[in-house]
Amino acid sequence: MEEKKNNKFTYREVNEDVINFMTKTGPLYYIILAVMGVSAVTLFFLPWLYQVYVGQGVTGLNVPVLWGVYLVNFVFWVGIAHAGTLISAMLYITKTPWRRAVARGAETMTLFAIVLVGLFVFTHMGRPWNLYWTIPYPNHRRLWTSFQSPLTFDVFAISTYLTSSAIFLYFGMIPDLASLKHHATGWRKHLYSILSLGWRGTDRQWHVQGRATMFFSSFVLPLVVSVHSIVAWDFALSIVPGYSKTIFAPYFVTGALLSGFAGVVIMLSVLRWACPVFKKYITEMHYDRMGLVMLFISLVWSYLTAMEVITGLYADNTFEWEHIKYKILSTPSMQLFILMIFSNTLLPLVLMVKKVRNCAVSMFAVSLFVLIGMWLERYLIVPNALSRKFLPWMWRDYCPSWVEVSITAGAVLFFATMFMASIKIFPVISIFEVKEDAGIPMEKEGH
Amino acid sequence: MEGILKRIAEKFRDYRVPGYYKKFDYRWTMVVDLDMCNGCGACVVACRAENNSATVGKEECRKGRALNWIRIERYVEGEYPDIKVKFIPIMCQNCSSAPCEIGCPVYATYHNQDGLNVQVYNRCVGTFTCATYCPYDVRRFNWFTYKWDKPLDEQLNPDLTVREMGVMEKCTFCIQRIRVAKDRAKDEKREIKDGEVKPACVQTCPTGALVFGDLNDPESSVSRMARNPRRYRLLEELNTDPSVIYLKRVMAEGPSEREG
Repeated sequence: MEEKKNNKFTYREVNEDVINFMTKTGPLYYIILAVMGVSAVTLFFLPWLYQVYVGQGVTGLNVPVLWGVYLVNFVFWVGIAHAGTLISAMLYITKTPWRRAVARGAETMTLFAIVLVGLFVFTHMGRPWNLYWTIPYPNHRRLWTSFQSPLTFDVFAISTYLTSSAIFLYFGMIPDLASLKHHATGWRKHLYSILSLGWRGTDRQWHVQGRATMFFSSFVLPLVVSVHSIVAWDFALSIVPGYSKTIFAPYFVTGALLSGFAGVVIMLSVLRWACPVFKKYITEMHYDRMGLVMLFISLVWSYLTAMEVITGLYADNTFEWEHIKYKILSTPSMQLFILMIFSNTLLPLVLMVKKVRNCAVSMFAVSLFVLIGMWLERYLIVPNALSRKFLPWMWRDYCPSWVEVSITAGAVLFFATMFMASIKIFPVISIFEVKEDAGIPMEKEGH
Repeated sequence: MEGILKRIAEKFRDYRVPGYYKKFDYRWTMVVDLDMCNGCGACVVACRAENNSATVGKEECRKGRALNWIRIERYVEGEYPDIKVKFIPIMCQNCSSAPCEIGCPVYATYHNQDGLNVQVYNRCVGTFTCATYCPYDVRRFNWFTYKWDKPLDEQLNPDLTVREMGVMEKCTFCIQRIRVAKDRAKDEKREIKDGEVKPACVQTCPTGALVFGDLNDPESSVSRMARNPRRYRLLEELNTDPSVIYLKRVMAEGPSEREG
């Protein structure tokens, strides 16, 4: 009941706020969008084209460190994609009220993060034009894919996740598109009319919509666990010290949720800053709840991190020892490791204080650190473990080249560009679900 | 009906019984006698000449991107002057339960019936997984499309391809030579004789430290050498079941000038 007190707005206000945000765009917005778009192309696509044209040699990769920053980004963005689905699906099933205002934004984030995951698969490959070979399709040469390979699992997991999160996002949007249809003009009206699929808001349609959302939620929820477990198996199924750990699947899923929630908090903060009218819908209460979830996940993550090191030590073979020594005690990794522990374990502890959780600025800061820490976690696993494999003759350090750094930065900008463009076309706040928060207007107006 | 069942049973027997097709089955094995190896590196050169290995240039070579399928690792133990230098030639171990094979999503690397770990360059999409999973780090990647300056392109071996960029490559035990020998043996309706196939490194080794043959044949020279008490296999504790057998070098205990 506490939740409802915060949301004192009428149906009309919700409609107007959302439609105004989408249609009334100042020049500053376009300028920022253009700058981001151009820099995304310059930083992401041009170096990538260069790499495709010249060869993977422009990266800092080398035998034996052949999985570098691209795979780090791959895992990182899969992680970012996870909170959206978790918020929309699990909180829907458990009927958690604070989900409604933030779910749509988080789902949008999921979709674009998965798009980036796909792009990073391409950037990582030596011959990306042959990616379709990893899809099992009938062909006259009877070539097939290897189903024992964790990368084939990846192909299925990520394409499933992409399609199901796109459908989930679109399906939940249909009532909103229908109501926008009546307020919009010009091309928007045509677009929304087609996309709303003749939604009229009859009892039966609402019934079907509710049942379908429940179905999709239950369908998508296992994916939260399975997709990132499969990503973890890319590493865990090898025999490389530092990769081959049974703890990796839960460890990666937890890390994904931690970074995903941090991503959602950052997205919401930027949204609130860019459009202050949304402060009505995305309230301190939402920050509070997200902060609690982050605190909990951070504790679980810290436990698993400790366990990862301890299981390595427990194995007590020279390979594991060398790996742990390199990861925790050698110069560049040690500082990164300390920074990771600081931002993922120590800093989130401040979320125990309610004031910190309720403050947008502090939540933003903590989330930013968590994102950096989670990226470092993947960096400390993916290329770092390969630097110390079995034969000491082939020990080699890894340093990303400018192409890899540029593509990494460009990916963030590309994500922001896609997100910014999308929220002007599709409602980022779920209109009908926020209205549910407001309650039935008859009660208030006393008809 | 009975005929179909019989055919199915026969088919499953193919899969289950190793060596069922004795006619075509070999277990190609290399034996490296470290007592004989003097680390001259002739095998490395021979391998490059035979297998169309590209020259990557000075800069890339300095980064360690030279496309050598066989390398000689050197390890120095102790403090000068009491040192012992050990060296060991390492090529693809053609593991029978190879970690690289489970990694490849497109079967670009798989196991054939001869016990070879085969790399199909044309099928490779360049996910790096095989080389990441490989505990011996013997796989090499084509970082760029390398060119052969005139007239070096005239010395390319016509029996196998050159590789384009984005493709993983590795030691194949000179599969092109094995293929020729198998064809000849098939035409003459016999099995490959011991010593008939020699990979380039084996052919070149001046001291005869490298021996190649079929481990399925108990009388072959590799089988006899494999029964040597000095035998060991590299990182055997990883259960990769490699096809390369090393014979340990016997070194004198304590400091010795001659050992340096």
